[in-house]
Amino acid sequence: MRPPIRDIAVVAFAQSDHRRTTDEVSEVEMLMPVLHQVLDATGLRTSDIGFTCSGSSDYLAGRAFSFTMALDGVGAWPPISESHVEMDGAWALYEAWTKLLTGEADTALVYSYGKSSPGSVRDVLTRQLDPYYVAPLWPDSVALAALQAQALVDAGETDEKALAGVAARSRTAAATNAHAQLRGPGVPQGDYVVQPLRTGDCPPVGDGAAAVILAAGDRARELCERPAWIRGIDHRIEAHSLGVRDLTDSPSTRLAAEHAGAFERPVDTAELHAPFTSQEVVLRKALRLGDDVDVNPSGGALAANPVMAAGLIRIGEAAARIHRGEARRALAHATSGPCLQQNLVAVLEASEGSEGATR
Amino acid sequence: MTTAPRPDILRAPLIVEFPFTRSLGPVQSAFLTGLRNKVTLGVRTPTGKVLVPPVEYDPDTAEELRDLVEVGATGTVTTWAWNHEPRRGQPLDTPFAWVLVKLDGADTALLHALDVPGPEAVRTGQRVRVRWAAEREGVITDIACFEPDDSTTEPAQAAPHQGEFGDMVTGIVTPARLDYEYSPGGAQTRYINALADRRTVGERCPSCRKVYVPPRGACPTCGVATTEQVEVGPAGTVTTYCIVNIKAKNLDIEVPYVYAHIALDGADLALHGRIAGIPYDQVRMGLRVEPVWTEGGRYPDHYRPTGEPDADYDTYKELI
Ligand SMILES: [Zn+2]
Repeated sequence: MRPPIRDIAVVAFAQSDHRRTTDEVSEVEMLMPVLHQVLDATGLRTSDIGFTCSGSSDYLAGRAFSFTMALDGVGAWPPISESHVEMDGAWALYEAWTKLLTGEADTALVYSYGKSSPGSVRDVLTRQLDPYYVAPLWPDSVALAALQAQALVDAGETDEKALAGVAARSRTAAATNAHAQLRGPGVPQGDYVVQPLRTGDCPPVGDGAAAVILAAGDRARELCERPAWIRGIDHRIEAHSLGVRDLTDSPSTRLAAEHAGAFERPVDTAELHAPFTSQEVVLRKALRLGDDVDVNPSGGALAANPVMAAGLIRIGEAAARIHRGEARRALAHATSGPCLQQNLVAVLEASEGSEGATR
Repeated sequence: MTTAPRPDILRAPLIVEFPFTRSLGPVQSAFLTGLRNKVTLGVRTPTGKVLVPPVEYDPDTAEELRDLVEVGATGTVTTWAWNHEPRRGQPLDTPFAWVLVKLDGADTALLHALDVPGPEAVRTGQRVRVRWAAEREGVITDIACFEPDDSTTEPAQAAPHQGEFGDMVTGIVTPARLDYEYSPGGAQTRYINALADRRTVGERCPSCRKVYVPPRGACPTCGVATTEQVEVGPAGTVTTYCIVNIKAKNLDIEVPYVYAHIALDGADLALHGRIAGIPYDQVRMGLRVEPVWTEGGRYPDHYRPTGEPDADYDTYKELI
């Protein structure tokens, strides 16, 4: 791809502790500490931010225009330059990135949140399906992922034992992630939810929020010692009809990765938004990730999957590893829709010559 | 795994229910009318692929598709998943397999349910046939489900079809219902609980010192948490108002009535409420009012004049 016209970096990332229920706080009450953390990390105040963009879902909240309440948390008093996507916050980050590319702003605050606990997220997600042929059948999110998992098993790309291995590795990695909801090697694989997927193959249902600050050029260098430069970012969509797609592959992820420049040089770290173990199998193949790549050192969505924030968290986790000098070139992936329908890929890098481990 | 809710936090059921009403394009209309007539239609792409269920635009090229074909009512399972606990709204209420089925003559697969006794009775490659619903109205559930097919007849080929039937289905209505257990969080719980004790509380912003009523836990100007609780009122001043002339459904209030913004004493934001106890055409800006609770009410039913002299415009002009 053509190099971006401006260098833009993730300069701060924060997330809440992800928990099964958070009924003692409203969305804005859950979100605010996270917003304050990213602002404190950069020394910025809300009034210093050039552009604000958020991601959330009215269907999760059960209320129309639910994001307007959360806006109170960023001091939405006019004049504020603000936008919202009814998607995972990773897509809000994409919008903020394009805004910074235009030069109309030098800093952006991106946040997203989701409380799955008030409703049944398996049922809620059916409302994003094709309303003519699919939604009237109420196939829940686990059922659709299970169809994909069985297709992979039939194709000889994985088996139940290998899937259990993905689950165990993710949750063991999450043992060092204080924010994660399901952590440590002791999480049982459990019974079938929808065969062939067991409890352990599915993400925990929970509530959480995340926020990221983006900055352009010298502003990024002022705000962060080791900015995580976004070298490329792209998102692509599959045909919406499940029966048209080859569920064992993800051409949209591969295309997004190609356009984001992911294949130009190897990455050392990959944060993949794979809520189901079987989806990691598809993504590893689409992204050509070898065993030498550290995949989901945070534990990924199998350790914490706050719907609408889990994708933004992948970008945040990848960036935070660059901030800490634990990665030099990282890939972050976010997904939305059934069976990896929509996919976003970002490539993040440390500055040339900056410290950072190469594995 | 569910954590018990904190007893001091309010919770209530919230049901979101609506008839999802969609109109159909020519291809979808033909397909769903076909189902009502026990005919399964697909659409052919310029490259010769037959898509079932049919769509109006080619997923590969975005070209308009109108070339309808009839495909078989038998087909092959391309993938499956065993659903031992059917959920509300799903095609069968007994355990079943979700299946993607490639109907004979089609190149793509349709999602539906397969009625078999257990996971050992389903496999990829299995032959299945449509079980039609007894009553059909032109919706995807006119296919009740699939069932195993042990016939040995040659699979049907796709055959051209005009897609014309009498009394075409042009729209669908699918009822949607989602159940929630809603909690308003800390600030709003404190506000609602105080109202039940006939007190109105606001929260002060530590930065701009404004008192918000009702409090939502954040100052929208400063973007910081409002934590200091402040009791306001009970009396307040009408800052602006309107006269409502349309009777609301399920609301037992005679029209016309007055709906007003009321700045309670000590609050920096006006809340809204109904004004009664005074003829509607005598309500005015600056009128001093107080809340009236009905027996057992958890919030003020309305506000009525206190009888005090009107407030000076300068005392409330910032709050309009
Ligand atoms: Zn304030």
